This record gives sequence, C-alpha cells and structure tokens, in this order.
Amino acid sequence: MYRFIARRLGSGVVLVAALTTLTFFLLYLGAGDDIARQLLGEEADEAAVRAKERELGLDRPIVTQFAHWLSGAVHGDLGTSWFNGQDVGAAILSRLSVTVSLVIGSTLLTVVFATVLGVVAATRGGWVDRVVQVAGVLGHAVPNFLISLGLVLVFAISLHWFRPTGYTRFAESPGLWLSSITLPVLALAVHGVSGVVQQVRGAVVDELGRDYVRTLRSRGLSEARVVYRHALRNAAGPALSFLGVQVVGLLGGAVIIEQVFAIPGLGQVAVTATGQGDVPLVMGLVVVSAVLVVVLNLLIDLLQGWLNPKVRLG
Amino acid sequence: MSEPALVAPAAVPPAALSGGLRRLLRDPLGVVALGWLALVIVAAALARWISPHDPDEPSAGDILAGPSASHLLGADGSGRDILSRLLHASQISLAGAALTLLVAAVLGIGAGLVAGYYGGWTETAGTWAASLIMALPGIVALLALRAVVGPSPWTTMAIFGVLLSPAFYRVVYAAVSGVRHELYIDAARVAGLSDARIIGRHVLTVVRAPAIIVAAAVGSGAIALQSGITFLGLGDPSVATWGGMLNDAFANIYVAPLAVAWPSLAIGTTCVALTLLSNALRDALERTGRPRRRTARAEDAADAAAKEPVLTHDEPPGGAALLDVRDLVVAYPRPDGPARRVVDEVSLSVRAGEVHGLIGESGSGKTQTAFSILRLLPAGARTSGAIVFDGTELSGLPAARLTRLRGGAIGYVPQEPMSNLDPSFTVGSQLVEPIRAHLGHGRAKARTRALELLERVGIADPARTFDAYPHEISGGMAQRVLIAGAVACEPRLLIADEPTTALDVTVQAEVLDLLRDLRDDLGMGVLLVTHDFGVVADLCDRVSVMRHGRVVETGPVDAIFAEPRHAYTRALFDAVVATGERA
Repeated sequence: MYRFIARRLGSGVVLVAALTTLTFFLLYLGAGDDIARQLLGEEADEAAVRAKERELGLDRPIVTQFAHWLSGAVHGDLGTSWFNGQDVGAAILSRLSVTVSLVIGSTLLTVVFATVLGVVAATRGGWVDRVVQVAGVLGHAVPNFLISLGLVLVFAISLHWFRPTGYTRFAESPGLWLSSITLPVLALAVHGVSGVVQQVRGAVVDELGRDYVRTLRSRGLSEARVVYRHALRNAAGPALSFLGVQVVGLLGGAVIIEQVFAIPGLGQVAVTATGQGDVPLVMGLVVVSAVLVVVLNLLIDLLQGWLNPKVRLG
Repeated sequence: MSEPALVAPAAVPPAALSGGLRRLLRDPLGVVALGWLALVIVAAALARWISPHDPDEPSAGDILAGPSASHLLGADGSGRDILSRLLHASQISLAGAALTLLVAAVLGIGAGLVAGYYGGWTETAGTWAASLIMALPGIVALLALRAVVGPSPWTTMAIFGVLLSPAFYRVVYAAVSGVRHELYIDAARVAGLSDARIIGRHVLTVVRAPAIIVAAAVGSGAIALQSGITFLGLGDPSVATWGGMLNDAFANIYVAPLAVAWPSLAIGTTCVALTLLSNALRDALERTGRPRRRTARAEDAADAAAKEPVLTHDEPPGGAALLDVRDLVVAYPRPDGPARRVVDEVSLSVRAGEVHGLIGESGSGKTQTAFSILRLLPAGARTSGAIVFDGTELSGLPAARLTRLRGGAIGYVPQEPMSNLDPSFTVGSQLVEPIRAHLGHGRAKARTRALELLERVGIADPARTFDAYPHEISGGMAQRVLIAGAVACEPRLLIADEPTTALDVTVQAEVLDLLRDLRDDLGMGVLLVTHDFGVVADLCDRVSVMRHGRVVETGPVDAIFAEPRHAYTRALFDAVVATGERA
C-alpha cells in the first residue's frame, strides 16, 4: 500500500513539474517584450521602462527567470503581481477557501444524490430509471452557468429566498454564509449529480448482472444486502474514477459560476488576471490548480485502494 | 474456430455505418436533435438575409424594449435587435465549435492512430501528453493561455481544441491498440502493404464509429465553453456571441429578465441537441448485430422437437420426491414476435439422498431449469408450471420465505468458480455472512463454522484461505469454497450447475468425490447439471436428457446406459466414447 501511494505521489509531482515548466515558458515567451512599457503606459520614458524591466526581472534570460521562479516556488513563494505588487501566494490563498468550499460542498451533494438516484434507477427500472437517465443526460448537457442563471431567476429574483449575488464570510455570519453559497453549490451539484448518476446507474446495473450476485442471492442474503453491501461496493470503483474527472470539471465550473454570483473566489482572480495579462498571478493559479487536481486524484486512488483489494495489494 | 479470421472486416463497417444511419433516423430523439442542429446551421448561414435588423445598430429609443412587432424578441441594453444578434452570433458559435472540433479531431485521432498502431515510445508520449492536458480544468488552462494570446475567438477555440483532443485520443487509441494484433492486420503486413495503407484501409474503419460519437460530445463541450468564456466578458466585444449577449442580458436581469432567456435557449438547446445526438449515435452505431438469427433457429428447433414424447424408462419405486418440477416453462419476451421458450414443459423429480443428472448440450435449457427452481432467472423471464419443494410450492412463495430457503434448505454450486465470488470481500466474510443470516450465529461462532467447512471440503490451510481474497486462490480452491458455502447450512437439496466444467481434469475427480461424500454425509438430494456423460456415470442415480428446452429421455442411469433410446442420447454417448471416458 505504501509503495502504491509513493508511486502515485511521485507521478503527481512529475506531472505538476512538467505542467509548470511548460506553462512558464508559454506564458513568459508569449507575453512579449514590451510588458514594462504596457504597464507604465505609452508616455513613460525609456529609462523608466528599463528600470521597471529590471525590477520585474524581465531583463534576464528566460532560463534564469525560470530558475529564479522555481527556487521561489519550491519554498512557497510564487512571486508578485505585475500590476499591484501583491504577493501571488497571499492573493490566491485568501480566495482559495471560497472556491474549495464550493467544490467540496457540491462534491458531497453529488456523491450522496448520485449514489441514491443511481441505485434506485438501477434496481427499480421502469419509469423511475427512464426519468433518471433523461434528467442525467439533460442536466449534464446544459452548461452550468445556465443552470445558475435559472436558479437565480427562480429562487432569488422571483421567490426572494436567497440573495441573488454576494458573499458573506463564514466568520462574519454562518447563516448568511450558508445562504450565500447555497445557490452556487446547487448549480454546480446539478451538473455533478447528472454526470455521476449515469455512471453509478450503469456500474450498478453491470454488477447486478454478474455471477457473484446470483450466487449471493442463492445463499439467502436479503436483496438490500446484495445491492448495498456487495454490488454497490464493486460499482464504486468505476463510478469513483468518473467522479475524479467530474470534480476537476466542478473546479472549472466554479470559476465561471463565481462570476454569476459575484463570489470572490479563485475564479474572480483568474478572470481579472487574464484580462490584465498578469502573468505571475496566472502562473500561480495554474500551479495551485494543478496541485489541487493531483491531490484530488491521489485521494481517489487511496479510496480505490481501500475499496479494491487488487489495487491495494498490487 | 478451425480457420483464423484472415479476412479483414472491411466490408462490415461501411454496411454497419449506413445501417447505423438508418437506425439513427428511427430514433425519435436522434431525429429531433439532428433536425434542430440543421435548423441552427441553416439560420446561421442565412443570418445576413433573414435578420430583420442590422445586428450592431443601436437604437436609443428601443433600449431593453420587450418583444414587439419590430423587435420580435425585444432589444438589448444598447437597443440592438436581439433576434438579429442571435442569428449572427450563431455563426461565430458554430464556426468556433467547428474549429475546436477540427483541431481536437486532427490532433487526437492522429496521435491515437500513431500511438495505438506503433505502440512503444509513441504510446508513452501520447498517454503522458493526454494526462498532462487533463491535469488542469479546461477553463483554467484556457484563461491562462488567453492571458498571452488576447481575446481573439479563433485562437481561443483552437486552443480549446488542443485541450479537448485527449477525448479523441483515448477512444482512438483504445480502438486501435485493440485491433493491432488481430490476424487480419498481421496478414496485411505479411502481404507487404505499407503501414499507411493498412491504417487507411483496415484501422480507420474501427475508429470511425467511436470518433463520430465523441465528436458530437466534443461539439457540445465546445459550445458550452465558448459561451462560458464570452459570458465572462473575455471575448472580443466587437463580435456578437451567444455568451456575450447573455452577459449583456444578465447585467440587466432586473429590468428585462426575459432577454436572458433567448441566448440561454440558444446555448442550452444546441448543447442538449449535440449531447442527444451523441447518445443516439452511440445507440445506433455500437449496439449492432443482435443475434436475431440464432434465436430464430433455436425456436424453429424447439418447434420441431415439440411433438416428441418424453422417452421414460421404467424405474423401481422410490421414496417421495423432495423436489418435484411439473411442466416448467421459461420464456423470454422478444420485442418482435412471440416470446422465446428456452425451457419447454420440463418435468423432473429429485428424491432425498439421490443424485439426479440433467444432461444436454449448451443452450439446451438445463441451467435455466436449475435457476428457475431458485428463482434466480434474469429479469424479464416468464415462467409457468409447478415447482414443489418438500411440499411447498415455490413459484408463488413470498420473497422473504424464498430468501430463507435459499442457502438454508436449498444450496447452489455455480459453474465458474472465480466469477462467482465477490472480488471485494475475503473468502471468509462471504462464508460467514450467510451463516449468520440463516443460523443466527454470532461472529465468532460463524467463523468457527466457516473454518470447519473449509476443512471439510479439503482445503489444507483453512485459516489462510479464510483471510484470502478470491483473486489470491486457485480455481479448484474457489470451487471448494463455493461448495462449502452451498452446504454451510446443511441443505436438503443441492443444485450444482456444471460444478466441474471449469476445472482441471485431476481437480474434477476430487470435486466429484467431495460432492458424493457430502451427499452421503448430509443425505441431501442433488440436481446435477452437466454436459458430460462421464460425470453422470460417476455420480448420478437418475438422469434426464435435455435438448432444445425439452426433456427427451429420462430414467435410472443403469437403464439408460444399457439401452439409450433417443438418437440424441446415443450421440452424447458416442461423444464420451470417442474422447475417452472422463473422470
């Protein structure tokens, strides 16, 4: 088991390193030569532009810049913004918890509802099954910013149950915090549930058709035990792999949905940084996202190992 | 399989593809999706001529106007006609999605073909590149690159194509590496065809269907992401896009909420149509070739056999039947035509302490007969007839009482040992669970009982096997474990479905000996399903010969061996003599 974790962790580190290197060169080479002039404006004199370039370290060869950035990054220093001189790590960290709580909340809802609905659809069959399948396909096809708009129109603007936009920090008021993230979490969860429910349903149907299920029934186990203890456990593997992909999608969805609800998370930082061409900040966001994805995949792998003895022992 | 398939299935995929198109046109959802997409494409192409207004011409008097005769869908925050903008915007959305699709398909299919066909380092490189691209949420990667390439919609969509290319890569790679070592590919290579021609002629055909399915899904993703980016305000503001219109309408949502609906509908319906099309294509292209011909043949044969009476040998009077099956019919409804009978008016009985063999070729209905006694037939099966076990009619029994009988008074030994153990649980826990349910033992007592059973069925190190997972034990051991599970609660009837077929010859004999010993110890009746007259000779007291769902001959083993009357029975005998008596 430890070797399995170490191997996964190792390949995750290599992945982040490769992605970081690639992104760094794409961004810094793509940013062009006259960044300092753009920052200072057309009227700035040549000397000031040169000074700014020196200040940002842009006068050095790109390989040197990368070495400098990398040695900072491994010590947790992701550099400073080109525009407001703010520390990139601090800027991201202050927004990270908002986005992560959106993703965790919607993931939990996804797991619970997709499992329940998927099992019910697989075991009941008939119209329940058809409704779940059609809803799954439709819910997954509609982009989640449209789902958020729909939720805002119905629950915030027509019914006034929630504020349409804005965010309250948990420390200020837990109640308001909950009410401010309910709609965004729901919007993300609709997308997640509708994707994962199809996988859970399919995997449970597959498992229920297997030989061992018939043998367990022949042993006189109750249907509930056969479905929930045995079939669901074996179905969890494939469904979990898909959940991993889906959560990466939720992270991406959160970036867009934060704009709809005016929630100050990573998405806002990303959109602002992109619009301005603030390369150090964008670079930091890429690193943080990649690390989040690697950690997520590691968690999924650990769960797979816990569920599946072959993975654990292999 | 006497001749390896050296002929390429080149003639099949084009037929399957056109057949797939016909099936697609029979699927109402597929037709609706196709129709809607065609409508959107035509509207986009004709936008310049059918738009009632100039899409970019603001009109101060019409700002946020509701729907009216001059503005059918109203006007936006700058007083521009929404319908005209929507029509023009669909050009950008569709062309952008097409560009994404093109880039993704060229990169993904190309890399997938090379990696799947040549393998080696190309495989490693391709798979690594794919996981590298998928290590970031698409939108984050897109925003990052957007920071340096600027707001051009075309560059954005091309980059997005790169980001989506792993979707193509994975299905193409899987399909190609699946056929790489097929004989017809080897044959083409030996025949001196160049790699390019082999890929073009033989490999592309297997890739076509999965690639088409992925293409529709990627198209949906492309539209969603493109409108997402423009909705965020990161598009080119001088060009009308669905996302950009949504952004404008969202800013005025309190004043003119209806305006949000139009671009939302355009995005939503197009994405849904592409997804439905992808699903319909999957149904049409992948679920092909149902074995309709074979089922028809089986039914014809069943009809032919229907007139024959059962040849019954005289037998000495025995005790009362433990299991009595009368006129059992198992049928599966078919979408077209009458239900197919796989078991047709079968009658047989098993007495306590007796082994009754049920013999026949595969597909003769013997396993279906065994399953229907335990009511373990797959969903959709229809049964009629009487199944009386120890004075109780089983077919109408409430589920709770049946559950108590299963594994309690009736044990079951399956055919294929490895697939009949739950791979996620230890051997021990799978034995303990039913023991606790039936006998009400505590954990420790049930464990002791399970260890006793493992020892009884001849497992050398019961404690170690108890803690093992199914993939850690051999097939012969797994079959012993399954027999242990079947007799755990000392059943009065054991149903064994080809218990030795999947085992090595030496292990077969041991397992048959074990079954005989258990029968003697527990005095249980056994219904033994087999296709092997050697097994019947070795173990059975009585035998019923099944063919095409019917019992054709039945009686004591001695009598049938002495004087087989049915031609089919004699044919089965001859097969044993020809291959040498087994077991």
